[in-house]
Amino acid sequence: MAEFLHMGGYAFYVWTSFGLTALLLIGLLVWASMGHKRELSRISRRLRREKGSV
Amino acid sequence: MNFFVKWFHRLGSPPWFYRVSGKLIPWFTLACVALMAYGLYGGLVLAPADYQQGDSFRIIYIHVPAAILSMFVYVVMAVAGAISLIWRMKMADIVLISSAPIGAIFTAIALATGSLWGKPMWGTWWTWDERLTSELLLLFLYLGIIALHNAVEDRQSAGRAVAVLSLVGVVNIPIIHYSVVWWNTLHQGATIMRLDGPAIDESMRWPLFAMIGAFYLYYFIVLMIRARGEILNRESRSRWVRELAGGA
Repeated sequence: MAEFLHMGGYAFYVWTSFGLTALLLIGLLVWASMGHKRELSRISRRLRREKGSV
Repeated sequence: MNFFVKWFHRLGSPPWFYRVSGKLIPWFTLACVALMAYGLYGGLVLAPADYQQGDSFRIIYIHVPAAILSMFVYVVMAVAGAISLIWRMKMADIVLISSAPIGAIFTAIALATGSLWGKPMWGTWWTWDERLTSELLLLFLYLGIIALHNAVEDRQSAGRAVAVLSLVGVVNIPIIHYSVVWWNTLHQGATIMRLDGPAIDESMRWPLFAMIGAFYLYYFIVLMIRARGEILNRESRSRWVRELAGGA
């Protein structure tokens, strides 16, 4: 395990690469999902408002 | 031909896209996670260290897929831009602008991981050679398209402006791809797409193919999610969206 983490002396370069990539890909996915959910709730809020005012 | 025309028309219909993408996303996610699990295990654990580069070569398992997708996403955007300009198709506009941040992230990953590999292997974080410079230009094209879209108030004009910009910028794609052939760059030449077959051992090759597949799936997943949000935003007054938001 320690040998695996050591990456033959390239630990910093390998793990920074994989860590940064994971961070960016997960962040983008979460951001995209939040955008979709935000639109949905914005529209249902508006619909409720319109119903209330009728 | 008739089938194709029908399919093309359907694809251009936002309600159809919204419904079908909602069904596809879970399956794409499943396949993406499975491929990535195998690719990471195979690339980080099973594959032997490279005889010249040692364990630093393992960075290719994200660098190469990110670089391939950075170009693929741009080509998708240019095609969507052409469709949008010729046929005024709503979905083409949506696909184009929804893809831009994803392409920018892939390009940033390709540049960052290339840099992190270049430091121990080339002895430098960065060099202004043709491959690296044209890839950096690609990042600026993505950012430019996003900025231009945000800057133009009217949605139709914004769509047309980014369609033109993405078409103009597509000349950069063959430059990136062939830069290692046309110029004597520091970047190595092609490893997989070679006439005499891939120059990479099987134990290293299959995890790489799995990672490339996983990155393609990831792009389509995030594209669908972004496009769904964009569709709701644009169609929020239409009947089907009201039913969807009201019923759910």
